[in-house]
Amino acid sequence: MKDFVTWTIGGEAGFGIMSSGTMLARTFARSGYHVFAVNDYPSLIRGGHNVVTVRIGSMVFNGVTKELDILVALNSETVERHKDELSKGAIVMFDPRDKAWTAQDLPNATLLPIPLRDIISELHADTVMRNTVCLGATVALLGAPFEALLSVIRDQFFRKGQDIVDQNDKIARSGFDYVTSHFSKVTSMHLSPGTITEKQVIVNGSEAVGLGGVRAGLKFAAIYPMTPINAIITFLADHAKDLRIVYKQPEDEIAGINMAIGASIAGVRSMVATSGGGFALMVEGLSLAGMVEAPLVIDLGMRVGPATGMPTYTEQGELLFAIHAGHGEFPRIILAPADAAEAYELTTKAFNLADRFQVPVFVLTDKYLNESQWCVPLSRFSKPVSIDRGKLILDDTGILDGAFLRYDPVPPDGVSARSVPGTKHGQYYANSFEHDGTGHMTERADKRREMVEKRLRKMKAIAKEATPPELLGDSDAELTFVTWGTTKGAVLGAMEMLQKQEKKVAVISYPWVYPFPTEATKSLLSRAKRVIDVEQNATGQLATLIRAETGIDVGEKFLKYDGRPWFPEEIVALCHL
Amino acid sequence: MVSGGDCCIMSSLTAESLNTGFLPTWCPGCGDFGIWKSLQGAFATLGIGPDDGLIVYGIGCHGNMYDWMKMYGFAGLHGRALPVAQGAKLGNHSLPVVVVSGDGDCLGEGGNHFIHAAKRNPDITVIIHDNQVYGLTTGQASPTAKPGFKTKSTPGGATDAPINPLTLALVSGATFVARGFAGDLPGLTALMVEAMNHKGFSVVDVLQPCVTFDKVHTYQWYRQRLYTLDGIGYKPDNKLIALEKATEWEDKIPIGVFYKEEKPTSEGLEPALTGEPLYKLPLDVAHWDKLLNEFV
Repeated sequence: MKDFVTWTIGGEAGFGIMSSGTMLARTFARSGYHVFAVNDYPSLIRGGHNVVTVRIGSMVFNGVTKELDILVALNSETVERHKDELSKGAIVMFDPRDKAWTAQDLPNATLLPIPLRDIISELHADTVMRNTVCLGATVALLGAPFEALLSVIRDQFFRKGQDIVDQNDKIARSGFDYVTSHFSKVTSMHLSPGTITEKQVIVNGSEAVGLGGVRAGLKFAAIYPMTPINAIITFLADHAKDLRIVYKQPEDEIAGINMAIGASIAGVRSMVATSGGGFALMVEGLSLAGMVEAPLVIDLGMRVGPATGMPTYTEQGELLFAIHAGHGEFPRIILAPADAAEAYELTTKAFNLADRFQVPVFVLTDKYLNESQWCVPLSRFSKPVSIDRGKLILDDTGILDGAFLRYDPVPPDGVSARSVPGTKHGQYYANSFEHDGTGHMTERADKRREMVEKRLRKMKAIAKEATPPELLGDSDAELTFVTWGTTKGAVLGAMEMLQKQEKKVAVISYPWVYPFPTEATKSLLSRAKRVIDVEQNATGQLATLIRAETGIDVGEKFLKYDGRPWFPEEIVALCHL
Repeated sequence: MVSGGDCCIMSSLTAESLNTGFLPTWCPGCGDFGIWKSLQGAFATLGIGPDDGLIVYGIGCHGNMYDWMKMYGFAGLHGRALPVAQGAKLGNHSLPVVVVSGDGDCLGEGGNHFIHAAKRNPDITVIIHDNQVYGLTTGQASPTAKPGFKTKSTPGGATDAPINPLTLALVSGATFVARGFAGDLPGLTALMVEAMNHKGFSVVDVLQPCVTFDKVHTYQWYRQRLYTLDGIGYKPDNKLIALEKATEWEDKIPIGVFYKEEKPTSEGLEPALTGEPLYKLPLDVAHWDKLLNEFV
């Protein structure tokens, strides 16, 4: 019996690779297992090599392993590409009609030839449905009952009609039956019973941000399509009617952020989502939001740059870009979730922070977060969420004679009351020019100083609210990793592996990146012995930030910038312990 | 017997009550004065007071208007007025929203936004200050500059073909397309009122002399050429005829409403906007558990 299995399916794009991963993940999440699914695919719609890896555990785990236990090959290329990643005793499922792989080809693996094409043609189905045969076969290999998969098939296809449900049932069952009748002795991958009793949800990071948004009262989003945040568009557009929200597809990201600012000054909780290139276009609008003090949430889903880069691969290359983006100086907040649960929670928080401080707030995500399928206890999403709209006046300011000071420079925290167009006695100007308290343009030196100081005083007020970095692991650690965003998962995986080798390890991570929690960082790092910065970029942007803000030089850096997410084993190996 | 507070409040609103006390910084004789006064007159006619509407301004000489226009205002970035206006309109679809823009702002930097706003048909009125010149940057050619027009950026005369705001609006899907003249206050006020009353994307291109950087297209030059479409019994119900009419220039230049049609608006097609404005909707999710169950 195994506690953890890593399963990979590979084949040509358009063969249902992606949906197979989600269905398998859901099947086991419903049966008390922890799961995680990550994809790897080129920027193509058809053709090209697509891969989904699903890790299944009878208990909670962090990150995926590099080694594969089960490889499902829908073409011979899949075996060629991944045979070096097989764990000892791994199972390779393939159709001998693609290539009759032998023990000589794959000496350490157990071969599982299944006549996928023959099974499909006997059932008069399309060859594109071979993935479904493999799903059924996988469930049998893992020693699970077929019914677990059947419930997922029903939910996946019920909208398409009973015929489609029945067909998928039959095809998946044929795979299940083939394994139970031909390979009944192959029990090496049977999973020990799942230990998770709580109901789980399976969401990708984009959906988690979308869920966080609507939970926090998001009513308007203008999002231009861009990998890797497209799933949030699908989620918001699909639910626009029942959730009474407006999703608008703008002509470009410039329009997107300006629309969102327009909705925001009209009193609506609004957001944009994009990746690096789209955000580059939004930078002018970001500065506008800073100047007119419009609350705004920006989901920046990083991918490999510069320029178009590798659009479907992951990177953490835009931390310093997000901090410094925009002409002029103005406050902002940057949150960086490590997983889907944090993406949900930090997004709900982002909307409150945006309203309270009237600033742009970033939820800094990446491809790995946005497009992976995460397994989260339902209870993480069920907790009550409080909504704080700050100093927003919708009905009547009560201030007569046109004396309402939207940009009153006096408040110690820099945050002044705001009206919306239509608020009685609230008339003002949201002005991209420097302005006085009512929003009228001014270029007087004293007024300019007053307004700069008003806006920047917010930074101090915000810093007081900053979540300190998270410290996990051993208190007397000989080795301390610092990391941020999704790299945390692999780093935690590495910590667990090292702890099994009796090493004392700690991890510091930053769900709140900016304004930087300087004092907390100083206090944590000054106590640490060997400190290693682990990031998914080529220059160590968090380390740069730490040095800028604290003067502490994290000399040792593990940096990965090939577009592929970190694996715990890689981090352990680099430690040379 | 005449009674009712509403009537009295409406009648107390005059164009002058939309002044702020700030003095315009435009050059004496600038066409912008006529546009500003016509817009104040249109708001007064429609009973839209300082707290009741939103004007989104671009950047250019036109954009300085907010300082002397008492109305909720958003002085945006160069070229970006239309997206801000659309976001605000979707945020509060009961709010009258007007965009005050220029030929450079709306058709140069913001050209893509103009095309896409027109195709969406939001219930927004855009007023284009069209003088062929960038005045605020002291006299370069704008996208509407006619070939041969000498400016600081085109000393040998403009060579690019000009953008025609009317034909661009027509082919992009605008549902109300008109042209006015900054030297004709009553006519321009009436055009603006009609544009604001139109349910959909209404474009008013306003010909205006730049008295500082354009010595050719003077008030006199325009007055010698302008004629009204009303005066010739023109009916603004045919897009192809409107396109043809909109290309008339040089000796005879028509002003008035070129085209008008009823179409669903951008806001009208949003399933969330059938009742209360978006900004007034409750923020809590009614069926949260049901929504979460989609992900189990």
